[in-house]
Amino acid sequence: MSEQQLLLEAHAVAKHFGGVKALHDVSLTIRRGEIYGLIGPNGAGKTTFFNCLTGLYRNEGGHFIFDGVRLQADAPHKAAAVGIARTFQNIRLFGNMTALENVMVGRHLRTRAGVVGAIIRNPATRAEEAGIARRAEELLHYVGIHARAHDYAKHLSYGDQRRLEIARALATEPKLLALDEPAAGMNGTETEALRVLVEGICRDGVTVLLIEHDVKLVMGLCGRVAVLDYGEKICEDVPAVVQKDARVVEAYLGGSVA
Amino acid sequence: MNGRARPSSSRQRHWLGFLLLGVVLLAVPFVAALGGQAWVRIANFAILYVFLALGLNIVVGYAGLLDLGYVAFYAVGAYAYALLASPHFGIHLPFWVILPLGAGLACIFGVLLGAPTLKLRGDYLAIVTLGFGEIVRIFMNNLNAPVNITNGAQGITLIDPIRIGDFSFAQTSSFLGVTLSGPQKYYFLLVALALLVIMVNIRLQDSRIGRAWQAIREDEIAAKACGINTRNIKLLAFAMGASFGGIAGGVFSAMQGFVSPESFSLMESITILAMVVLGGMGHIPGVILGAILLTGLPEALRYGIEPLQRALFGRMIVDPESLRMLVFGLALVLVMRFRPAGLWPSSQRRRELAESAG
Ligand SMILES: Nc1ncnc2c1ncn2[C@@H]1O[C@H](COP(=O)(O)OP(=O)(O)OP(=O)(O)O)[C@@H](O)[C@H]1O
Ligand SMILES: [Mg+2]
Repeated sequence: MSEQQLLLEAHAVAKHFGGVKALHDVSLTIRRGEIYGLIGPNGAGKTTFFNCLTGLYRNEGGHFIFDGVRLQADAPHKAAAVGIARTFQNIRLFGNMTALENVMVGRHLRTRAGVVGAIIRNPATRAEEAGIARRAEELLHYVGIHARAHDYAKHLSYGDQRRLEIARALATEPKLLALDEPAAGMNGTETEALRVLVEGICRDGVTVLLIEHDVKLVMGLCGRVAVLDYGEKICEDVPAVVQKDARVVEAYLGGSVA
Repeated sequence: MNGRARPSSSRQRHWLGFLLLGVVLLAVPFVAALGGQAWVRIANFAILYVFLALGLNIVVGYAGLLDLGYVAFYAVGAYAYALLASPHFGIHLPFWVILPLGAGLACIFGVLLGAPTLKLRGDYLAIVTLGFGEIVRIFMNNLNAPVNITNGAQGITLIDPIRIGDFSFAQTSSFLGVTLSGPQKYYFLLVALALLVIMVNIRLQDSRIGRAWQAIREDEIAAKACGINTRNIKLLAFAMGASFGGIAGGVFSAMQGFVSPESFSLMESITILAMVVLGGMGHIPGVILGAILLTGLPEALRYGIEPLQRALFGRMIVDPESLRMLVFGLALVLVMRFRPAGLWPSSQRRRELAESAG
């Protein structure tokens, strides 16, 4: 595989909490333009992997290479700056800001205006501000919650909040979008709509890293899947193969999906 | 707030409101003067506190950083002015040099306070900032030996008033047939400054930086994940708030002609914070109301209670000063009990509290 094709390489990433080995030398590679699934039973270390990748945690061992450059993931905003955006398993929105404002915050990284610009409102700042609002509206349309643009984030339904988090993440113009259980708590219709959305995002050129418990969703969406168990990667392949892997069936699928 | 068009009738009402406000603002110093210059001074302090409270609002209301040492920046500004425009060192710089200098110095102090407290939130931050405020006050109190810098507890006297050419804010002068006393002139200066800080507050609120502050207030981790450099943005909030404190301090110095550490006690910080919280945190009209009420009411009490007691009992029974604190405390308790979002919260905060109650 050529270097050009790889977007993210994780090399022997290790992280422990006291005695708990949350991640044990996890290595994986994500190709440009694919939807990559990360699955595993509860407590397997999936969220921890996200947190290390996005600089929220500092991994004790290993490193990430993103877009050909080694990640200096010592601060989350730097990970966002190089093009890694994420959502959170337990939704983290700015509750007392409107849906639109939430997405506008996502534009922070790609805009410049400082205090002086904000106070004097020179033409450049006003143009930038208009651009931020326009892009935020587009993204709300894109994820399908434009009707709720002026509602406070905390007043949105659960499914809409998940979509809003995705819109906010997309506002940072990521190359890699990491979704932590986006379908959790969604009903069948909502999950199907989410599947369509994630496919669209991928088609529009953003690589997706997806943590999900909904096996059907993962198997339907992802080109490749890695399985974590007790902090170790026990399998990485296309869904059809993963589903049949003996260790995976034992560890995670519990034999229910043959 | 989010660019939705207003119907024109409400826009007209807006302009009418502004016009009315303008007339009231113009009339205040003349009406107050009927009761004596002391009332004009009280009006001045009310506006000075509006200025201070809105400065603090940036830190507490927008960025959500509970700062109990705000008065330290006020002190820095006041002393900067006092030392650079008084016979104490024999330096007499003009105000337009010192005010920006004081603001800049306070800004540096803001960063000094902000930097070590970046990881703290809520009560922990409150305690550290409280300590910081006290440290600054104690420094002012003790920096008179071995080298006399601040003149200790005696404070600094004979501070120059604000002067533009021959036009001094300390004297009565008349132009265009209108006679203005010193306090009345300061009144208009303070109103101009207050309008400035109101504009800054409004504009910051709906800006890239303002949204970043609010995001940090709402969820710091999510804010980081959105690419906000929370360290810099928080320091910016401290620095902005502090520089407003510094300007207020400078004007205070000039207006009073005298500063001493006594003016910068913890009580002062708490009062300013109470103005922000009582009025309605993060809501500009609410903060203004809080500042005016908390300055005006105690003064009204002080001036009203003595004649009242004499009329009722023929002598003084309760010291007005202690009664003042009693009423102040009672008002705080009552407001927090019955209007926990503040006297004039933003409509959204009000809805929120109604929801959680119902
Ligand atoms: N901040 C933390 N402090 C201590 N232990 C932690 C912390 N975060 C995670 N862990 C532990 O690390 C292990 C992996 O947790 P993680 O949240 O990554 O699992 P997960 O795969 O996301 O599980 P789930 O499917 O339940 O979300 C668990 O044993 C968890 O208890
Ligand atoms: Mg998890």
